[in-house]
Amino acid sequence: MCLECGCGEVGRFGVHSLRAPGGHVHAHGPGAHFHVHADGTAHSHPHDHGAPHPHATVTVPIASSILAHNDRLAERNRGFLEAKGVCAINLLSSPGAGKTTLLTRTLDLLPAGMRAAVIVGDLETTRDAERLRRDGVGVVQITTGTACHLDAEMVARGIGELDLDGTRLLFIENVGNLVCPASFDLGEKVRVVLFPVTEGEDKPLKYPPVFKLADLVIVTKTDIAEAAGFDREPALANLRSVAPQAQVIELSARSGAGIDAWIAFLQQRAGT
Amino acid sequence: MHEASIMQSALDLAIARAGGAHLRNIHRIRLRVGVLSGVAPEALQFAFEALRDGTIAAGARLEIDPGPAACRCRDCGMNFEADDPVVIVCPGCHGMRVRVDSGREMELVELEAS
Repeated sequence: MCLECGCGEVGRFGVHSLRAPGGHVHAHGPGAHFHVHADGTAHSHPHDHGAPHPHATVTVPIASSILAHNDRLAERNRGFLEAKGVCAINLLSSPGAGKTTLLTRTLDLLPAGMRAAVIVGDLETTRDAERLRRDGVGVVQITTGTACHLDAEMVARGIGELDLDGTRLLFIENVGNLVCPASFDLGEKVRVVLFPVTEGEDKPLKYPPVFKLADLVIVTKTDIAEAAGFDREPALANLRSVAPQAQVIELSARSGAGIDAWIAFLQQRAGT
Repeated sequence: MHEASIMQSALDLAIARAGGAHLRNIHRIRLRVGVLSGVAPEALQFAFEALRDGTIAAGARLEIDPGPAACRCRDCGMNFEADDPVVIVCPGCHGMRVRVDSGREMELVELEAS
């Protein structure tokens, strides 16, 4: 269950690889051949004494960091991706903010020789993956069923379906949701949050966790800012106050305005 | 934050450490949860009460200490404790270029067992 919103059993999820025509689907989750367990099984130590005696109460200092199960898996993904030289980018936003449109445009504009792959998450359908599908780009769709976010295990399974040799960029399009995905490290190198002009100037103040963890915030759909009545200065000020650590790029995937800065950002992060 | 997963990890660690010290009953578990970690102590308590059943911590008490957010302003050098986790502003110069030195940690501090 997602502890943020209590939605669904994060148990079964689908992994659809779109490499082969028609793709093939693996079902994953409890009962599948691969399941990751938390580490550390406790054993109780048997006492062989004849007569029972009271045990002294002791305080054991530990001072160890607690890493949640997902964080452990995320670190594994991170290590794997770094070793393969893949820069993984986690794209987060509310539903309909334009992640897929931006990704489609991005794949059009990446320089030749900058190989990319995509893992896209939705509750249902492979439509996003089909929109992104093209020669030379491995695309995997994760259908979460009811889960409102991607987690590290799903991403690990997606990575398993991709041939990442020579891949510079792995885009992970998260489930559209500004709350829960913020809590789930996927093992990415860069976190990008989309903030479309249609969502109002107060958005960053209303959803601090996701914005506070952003490396880059992309203000999208700038081509319709006027029609949306977007008040740019307060929006940017709010963004700066909640997320002073984040770089900001303003662009329109539709018109192409500002998109060079995004491509340059990707090249810089991927190390070219 | 995903408190159930975090509490499960903390419990697994406590049980493993108690077992390693040949202790059979955990009476108390003490955690430190930084105020900027995004983890809600009440949710940890709630998860603990559900998860401890059937383990050697079934009768244990959970104590959670808040970890302060120790910050240093990159502009004026002032050291301060952040009170607002959302907007962190230097009380000296009102700048927002702040280095957060603590407050994001989640730690199993100690356990008491016999």
